Amino acid sequence: MMKLPFLPNHDDASFFDFLTRQHPELTPGGSRSPEPLPVHELPRSVNPVMVPQATTVLAIKSQQGVVIAGDRRATEGFQIAERRIEKVFKIDDYSAMAIAGAAGPCIEMAKLFQTELEHYEKLEGMQLSCEGKANKLGQMVKANLPMVFQGLVVMPLYVGYDLKRGEGRIFKYDLAGGRYEESDYHAIGSGGKDARNTMREHFKKAMTEQDALKLALLALYNAADDDVGTGGPDLIRGIYPTAKIVNGQGITDVSESEIRSVYEAMLATRIAKER
Amino acid sequence: MPMPYYVSPEQMMQDKAEYAKKGIAKGRSIIAMEYVDGILLAAENPSASLHKISEIYDSIAFAGAGKYSEFENLRKAGIRHADLKGFMYSREDVTARSLANGYSQSLGTIFSQEMKPLEVEILVVQIGHNGHTNEMYRISFDGSIIDEKQFAVIGGKSEAVQAALKEKVPAQPPDLKTALNLSILALEQTGNQKLSLETLEVAVLDRTRENRKFRRYTPADTKQFLA
Repeated sequence: MMKLPFLPNHDDASFFDFLTRQHPELTPGGSRSPEPLPVHELPRSVNPVMVPQATTVLAIKSQQGVVIAGDRRATEGFQIAERRIEKVFKIDDYSAMAIAGAAGPCIEMAKLFQTELEHYEKLEGMQLSCEGKANKLGQMVKANLPMVFQGLVVMPLYVGYDLKRGEGRIFKYDLAGGRYEESDYHAIGSGGKDARNTMREHFKKAMTEQDALKLALLALYNAADDDVGTGGPDLIRGIYPTAKIVNGQGITDVSESEIRSVYEAMLATRIAKER
Repeated sequence: MPMPYYVSPEQMMQDKAEYAKKGIAKGRSIIAMEYVDGILLAAENPSASLHKISEIYDSIAFAGAGKYSEFENLRKAGIRHADLKGFMYSREDVTARSLANGYSQSLGTIFSQEMKPLEVEILVVQIGHNGHTNEMYRISFDGSIIDEKQFAVIGGKSEAVQAALKEKVPAQPPDLKTALNLSILALEQTGNQKLSLETLEVAVLDRTRENRKFRRYTPADTKQFLA
């Protein structure tokens, strides 16, 4: 195919590939050379870089699809860096991603992944399969490995509605880009373990979306109770965790008023218990 | 050493232009027309999967006439240009004007430097928001770029379609149904045959939609809309 002057040329449908080859400075890895440095030459800092860290996010399957939610706190050491950070991102019409780790690179990866899927859809005239999207994200996490050695960890949790199978799916990742599917629920981040404990006790197969949402918010509340990195509902400022619902109809934001009313009911029963 | 046969630059350009024009005229026409809520794009296209009209970005669409492989390559480069710009700066910084300029430079350079010019004519259109006007750019095989108003036609017997439309398109943007009927009529008039809705490729940039404004109408959608 003839090369076009004055326009970007590239021969596959991946935006991430295109950036890595032609604009490596814009990728999360950030190196100017298209080939990754060998591991022994990677710069390693003595103390990890201090940047805001985003913490607990989780996902739960329901009968219709998946609920994905996250708290709003970012911490920097023992300081609270941000009270209103948004950690759950709509990626396309049928999937969402939540992140834990270094806040800046996390948000950048979500934006790059959104562009990646939209780019593919426009070039090819159809969406990637749910599995294809999850694999692509794994490659992006893997490409971020050099940054992990500098303390900039990006840890995504990915959920999508698989239109072919007619069900919601949850994917978790490791730092080397390994991709694992979870059958029921998962939580990551500093309060992830606490959130998982709550979900383990209360999870049931084929819950309604309403019950799955309530469980997600309860798990976040309990995580905030035990983990300093996780923010609970802030009644004074009116800051609440955020959640999205993914199902066969697409993706919807759970409104703040709905989340507030779930918390008000939950807090009322807790206060009654203390008396 | 044998001397290369001398051809004057004028002659060479003329030959190339004729060659490209012939290739473009072989196909069918594509119409872009402003309507109340956006821009309509309509083309006669026997294939349901090889599109002539496509989404580029939030409020920008592309249409290509002539050789499929060539305008398809331009389309993909345009999407790359737009996505790169939107990722590097912000979504609102992606404009049809900058993209049309890129296409114009690219086509112009190829026309003057390569043996074979590209046999394509393309449209880049963008809908305006909050009182901003729509933009429609028609770019030819030699890189010449024309800023169109109300409607634009590329490919096939484009001049005849343009003449047919000029008489009928109202001064104020019509509603979508009127715009679509006008387009079908103009395509039928110049093609001298009844158009089947099965072979009509229709898409709109609809200002009332959220985020991505491009929407493709399947033949079933079009039938239902016109019923």
